[in-house]
Amino acid sequence: MRVAMSWIWLAMVGLSLFFGWQNGTLEEVSSAAGAGAQSAVALCISMAGPLCLWSGVMAVLRACGGLERLSRLLRPVLGRLYPDFRRDGEVMEAVSANVSANLLGLGNAATPLGIRAAKGMAERSPGTASDALCMLVVCNTASIQLIPTTIAAVRSWAGCRTPFDILPAVWLASACSVTAGILAARFFAGIWRER
Amino acid sequence: MRLLTALLLPAILLLAAGAGLWKRVDVYQTLGEGAKEGLHILLRILPPLIGLMTAISMLRASGFLDWAAEALGPGLAFLGIPPETVGLLLIRPMSGSGALGLGAELMRTYGPDSEIGRTAAVMLGSTETTFYTVSVYFGAVGIHKTRYAIPAALCADLAGFLAAAWAVRLLFA
Repeated sequence: MRVAMSWIWLAMVGLSLFFGWQNGTLEEVSSAAGAGAQSAVALCISMAGPLCLWSGVMAVLRACGGLERLSRLLRPVLGRLYPDFRRDGEVMEAVSANVSANLLGLGNAATPLGIRAAKGMAERSPGTASDALCMLVVCNTASIQLIPTTIAAVRSWAGCRTPFDILPAVWLASACSVTAGILAARFFAGIWRER
Repeated sequence: MRLLTALLLPAILLLAAGAGLWKRVDVYQTLGEGAKEGLHILLRILPPLIGLMTAISMLRASGFLDWAAEALGPGLAFLGIPPETVGLLLIRPMSGSGALGLGAELMRTYGPDSEIGRTAAVMLGSTETTFYTVSVYFGAVGIHKTRYAIPAALCADLAGFLAAAWAVRLLFA
């Protein structure tokens, strides 16, 4: 992945030089290089306030046991997604904690929980991804964060006064995305046999 | 709806403080510790963002982004996706910071409350860095045969992009 990003970056720089030369905008390209680096720092500085505030609020909710409560609520529903592991207490606990952390936007907490669940699932079929493991990965590649604070912070940086007005649209789109992922995983599970 | 989303943040602050006092959590100190964690996240985002936003603003200045939007415009317009967001579709599954940088650039160029700006924001909020996540998970448990995980995850991304454009038009038109 790291190597791929290096190539992508090289391609981006190469393309802008080529198009700058073609369109006669090379001077703009060169001044944009400095401006781009500056706006990365400006973006991070203006994101710092909301991001830290939100991390703090989430830490408080977590200390109150919010994550555990949400997990317990979600567990019966999630059992339906992973029929092979419904009776495996340890895996299902990790799965529902993973989903809860994702919903609350605790990315740092969600990944280790998801990997714990993935390890439990992989024990039954080492080397090859089982249907349950594919489902777990697909669900983690879909974003289900309820309050996308980073994006709200970017919107306020760009001069938006109501950065959270996109929430209903985000929820709608996230629901469509996660549903499509689950349906696709189910569909492929039927035709893509394990060998 | 507008009032509801405006009140969301203060309501969550109140809820957290109330629940914390009820559960006898040291609210103020926990808040501070969490904020420190936010700074760590920021420190992780910034270095890649510097490289990527440099490249993105060079691409914008060179005219490449306009050219790509024009070249792929008809196909994307057919799907209902604003052609200007084409770069986001390409980079989103590969690089989270790259997508964030490009999204920020789109919001500033076209305005955060324009259809393009809003669609970019919703796209960022409803999709994930698919290839990164897949490699983290399968790498951690030592799985080489990933079967249909990547195609299914890309279906979710595609649905997210389409639904983002559609939801923005539905809710803000």
